Amino acid sequence: MAKLAPLGAVPLGDCAVYVEFSKTLDLEVNSAVQRLATMVHGRALPWVRDVVPALGGLAIHFDPDHKSLTTDALSAALNTVSECLKEGLPKAGDVLRTVEVPVCYESEFAPDLAEVAAIAKVSPDEAVALHAGADYRVLMIGFAPGHAYMGGLSPKLSVPRRAAPRAIVPEGSVAIANDQTVIYPYAISGGWSIIGRTPLTVFDAERQEPSMFAAGDRVRFKPISRAEYQKLRTK
Amino acid sequence: MSITVLRPGLLMTVQDMGRHGHQHVGLCPGGAMDPLSLALANALVGNYAGDAALELTVLGPDLQFERETLVALVGAEFEADIPINRPVLVSRGARVSISRAARGARGYLAIAGGVQVEAVLGSRSTYIPGGFGGLDGRVLKRGDVVPLAANATKLSRERFAALKNKDRVGTSVKWHVPAFTVPDREPIVLHAIEGEHFGDFDANMQRVFFDTIWRVGPDSNRMGYRLAGPPLTRSKAEEILSGPTCLGSVQVPANGVPIALMADHQTTGGYPRIAEIASADVPRLAQIAPGGTVHFARTTLDLAGQLRKDARTRMENIMRGIAWEYGK
Repeated sequence: MAKLAPLGAVPLGDCAVYVEFSKTLDLEVNSAVQRLATMVHGRALPWVRDVVPALGGLAIHFDPDHKSLTTDALSAALNTVSECLKEGLPKAGDVLRTVEVPVCYESEFAPDLAEVAAIAKVSPDEAVALHAGADYRVLMIGFAPGHAYMGGLSPKLSVPRRAAPRAIVPEGSVAIANDQTVIYPYAISGGWSIIGRTPLTVFDAERQEPSMFAAGDRVRFKPISRAEYQKLRTK
Repeated sequence: MSITVLRPGLLMTVQDMGRHGHQHVGLCPGGAMDPLSLALANALVGNYAGDAALELTVLGPDLQFERETLVALVGAEFEADIPINRPVLVSRGARVSISRAARGARGYLAIAGGVQVEAVLGSRSTYIPGGFGGLDGRVLKRGDVVPLAANATKLSRERFAALKNKDRVGTSVKWHVPAFTVPDREPIVLHAIEGEHFGDFDANMQRVFFDTIWRVGPDSNRMGYRLAGPPLTRSKAEEILSGPTCLGSVQVPANGVPIALMADHQTTGGYPRIAEIASADVPRLAQIAPGGTVHFARTTLDLAGQLRKDARTRMENIMRGIAWEYGK
């Protein structure tokens, strides 16, 4: 790919900066941003509070009054980014994981599956095969803790968001909209079409690694039966 | 050692300075809405600035204290049967009644030794949307027992005894700290720099943003403040790519009602960000209750930095005064 260069740096107030690389979704830029974020994070700079990769750039949240800073935090953040870019980003394959997520696509967990299948002009089973057969990548985490936006959905399943969002979507619901799929980490409101549910806990603050997903992860879905769902749920 | 909640008030939670380092997995830092008042309350009872305390919202609770305890209520001007903004030694078995806030929206009741709930991801703050932190991850309710340090009474007596004799009256002191985040009058001025999408709004809309006196909507909470006023319409129609947000970001959804992001904000968002509030002004916004009014003043990053330094100097001076009263 072409050399990664920021479009600009937008201050997010006086305690953070957004270093932007693309204003549209570009998968190569997205992947590079994730690796850049890993690199900046890896420097463990004492004045940096958070490094947040987003779709087209990364935010660096900092303590602007930290005693270790010898220059203003904004310049220090931008210097760090250009140093990392000069050093060269790690290869995608070296840092990315693959996460396999069991999903039960049975009707009680999939209230919108029939409708999605009808829009896609396939049978519900074929819709499941399309969803579970694809390779996904976590493009960004946001909206709620552990809530991963995953790209890679079959264009056949690309349905718009629902006109009326549901007040409560059950925890673990697997949903699709536009070109992406998500898993709801909590019972929250949501406007995506629900086609299955995972028995796994996507975000658990008490766990060593609270979030099941990190930006950049490869994700695969594995269809499971009701019985397997119950077994994994009670584990 | 504990405190029992006899009546919970409006929205009482355990809060400290929040949990940093998890925004990349979608978890905001959270913590006290007005961290400056929390830091002052803690200093008044001899705690570290980041110890956990009770955050009260608009209407305070009735609490019963198991043993003798040193407390301080700082922030909004709550009507209460203890004096506010100063250390108070509450006696064994006492019932403390805190009613409505006459001015401001949030108060912090710090207790010597801190509130001793389990820390989750390095913080005792209650994160209501995720259901963790604080007491069972939720708002406190009637009958709850808030755990305190086992030696809270010993600490309370030692610390109260350390206060300068001449300034003590009964179970409290003659002096108090200024709750400088609580506004004297409204609308308060929020200094704001241009957000990434400021240019997506035409000159007229930009003027409307800075000319309007915005009213904090009733549907405002710890995640965000909805600001009622003339709808802000963006000149561009195309959706923007979801990007990161920050405490104090002002987003404008399609309905034109701006939302100022507060402590429990989402870490990313797909709405245009028209402005970013100076970090020094966010605790002051946290002191505005629904129905209150705010006004934006255009500022620069340099000035936002100056405001932050001014606030820090002010805090340091007050902290020095408190330390002096404790004979340090």
